[in-house]
Amino acid sequence: MTDQTLHRTVQHAARTGGDSPVVQPPSTKTGVIGWLRANLFSTWYNSLATLILLYILAKLVPGIIDWLFISAVWSHTEPEVCRAADGACWAFIHEKYRLILFGTYPFDEQWRPTLAVLLYLVLLLASCNRAFWKPWLGVAWVVLLAVIGTLMYGGIFGLTQVPTTRWGGLPLTLMLASFALAIGFPLGILMALGRRSDLPIVRMLSVAYIELIRGVPLITVLFMASVMLPLFLPQGVSINNLLRAQIGIILFASAYLAEVVRGGLQAIPKGQYEAADSIGLGYWQKTRLIILPQALRISIPPLVNTFIGLFKDTSLVIIVGLFDLVGAAKAALTDPSWRGFYRESYFFIAMIYFVFCFSMSKYSQHLEKKLNVGTRR
Amino acid sequence: MSLASERQSPTAHAASGSPIIEMTGVNKWFGEFHVLKEIHLAVERKERIVICGPSGSGKSTMIRCINALEEHQRGKIVVDGIELTSNLKNIDAIRREVGMVFQQFNLFPHLTVMENLTLAPIWVRKVPKKEAEETAMYYLERVRIPEQAQKYPGQLSGGQQQRVAIARSLCMKPKIMLFDEPTSALDPEMVKEVLDTMVSLAEEGMTMLCVTHEMGFARTVADRVIFMDFGEIVEQNRPDDFFGNPQSDRLKLFLSQILH
Repeated sequence: MTDQTLHRTVQHAARTGGDSPVVQPPSTKTGVIGWLRANLFSTWYNSLATLILLYILAKLVPGIIDWLFISAVWSHTEPEVCRAADGACWAFIHEKYRLILFGTYPFDEQWRPTLAVLLYLVLLLASCNRAFWKPWLGVAWVVLLAVIGTLMYGGIFGLTQVPTTRWGGLPLTLMLASFALAIGFPLGILMALGRRSDLPIVRMLSVAYIELIRGVPLITVLFMASVMLPLFLPQGVSINNLLRAQIGIILFASAYLAEVVRGGLQAIPKGQYEAADSIGLGYWQKTRLIILPQALRISIPPLVNTFIGLFKDTSLVIIVGLFDLVGAAKAALTDPSWRGFYRESYFFIAMIYFVFCFSMSKYSQHLEKKLNVGTRR
Repeated sequence: MSLASERQSPTAHAASGSPIIEMTGVNKWFGEFHVLKEIHLAVERKERIVICGPSGSGKSTMIRCINALEEHQRGKIVVDGIELTSNLKNIDAIRREVGMVFQQFNLFPHLTVMENLTLAPIWVRKVPKKEAEETAMYYLERVRIPEQAQKYPGQLSGGQQQRVAIARSLCMKPKIMLFDEPTSALDPEMVKEVLDTMVSLAEEGMTMLCVTHEMGFARTVADRVIFMDFGEIVEQNRPDDFFGNPQSDRLKLFLSQILH
């Protein structure tokens, strides 16, 4: 076949929908070999980079695998055995995982935070399914919060009372992060709308709030909430330390989320506002039905970015004396007989953080795809 | 059921003899730029008006003042007996009676065609969902795309999108329809399908104000053609006189430029 007839055949096939023989691309462009050539060895510098990276991987990976698995001590044993071994000491985690997961929560009562976390995770997973996004889900969350609060705090139904000063570990991290997002996000949306409002006072207040909170580090916000706030309260009125930290994180979260949402709002064409106006929708109808659904959808990647950042930032509460996951992991290292196993300790909590953050990331990608129907061509 | 008979209910505010839109001495500035200068315009019920003029002459701004997408700064606009002030109640009342079709269609991309059409009737007019959907289907058939009801706007051609946009406005059963260059963003082969829809709307007695450069449409459909330049209404006339016997030099120049 000459080039010309080939060209014509392809054109013809494209036009008729392919009754004529399908022309395959050359074999050098497909399959494993084709992929390797195209992606790893396409040019001499690409080949060089591939080889250097392969060398580095070959140097690093066996050592890591050896430390993690092969030379690691898996059995529950004495610290001395661990110190003699070359690999990781998972016996340390075995010994300390309850302290790391639940902090100083009374040992015999730790079934309560366990149950609370499990219930929370079940409802969280159920909430990921858009088919369940109905009013009853909101009711379920309110009920669940009451149940979790009762479980954690106790004092009724024969549960011993556990003051919030003894809460810690994973439940504390999840609680701080969840409330930060659940309250900070709507607050952030309001601030973002306020910043774009036609009303000068609303706009000024929103700008002042966002810039003030965003302009200081989270540590400062936490210190302010923990140390300064009581100074402004009337004598005798005191707010729980945990609650103060939680409020600080919520304020911080809302300011950041407001700016992310504002970015989404700015991407909505003026025509959408005008069309909504012209069919007679009021401000809140327009915002809820037309603007926010579009603005939030395009903001999903930066929103999740901020969510993940905030989830990890909750670890800063250690500076106001709360023992979240990181704080508890540090506390586990203070045991004199188990001193020095910080790698295992941090690796363990890093994995927990990773599972949560990676799930958020994956879920957001799924959501993005699902919500993308409208703009699909 | 024709469109005309549907909108027959007389308004409580205005007697049927008086103009449905009355603009008196309307002025508007964009910053220092005087975009509308002393506009006087009265539109009768069922009147079809085409507005043309060079770009930047204020024609879009003028019709956008009628449903308060732009705020006029001096003068008086009365639509169907309601004066357009900064009072939000009046603005909402007028917007319920005035439909608008945009150059860029401005459909809501995250909603299906059906949802685009039923949104305002359900939320603004408080029509039950089922009834709103029946009305929407009726108008989709009128613009001849009932089979697209469950698609998203992004899946339709430009001409189809503009017809959906027209149907979306009609679902609110407006007394007046404003068209802001409805065919300017369309590929040439799609202009006709949109114009046909507009012609049939005109034949049923809809009050229409249409900013367009489609002079064929102006000739066949319009009761009156208005020429604007530099924010003023320079000349207005019946179409045959407007095109056959233009008075001002500016209109003569404009016509010579667009009618080769």
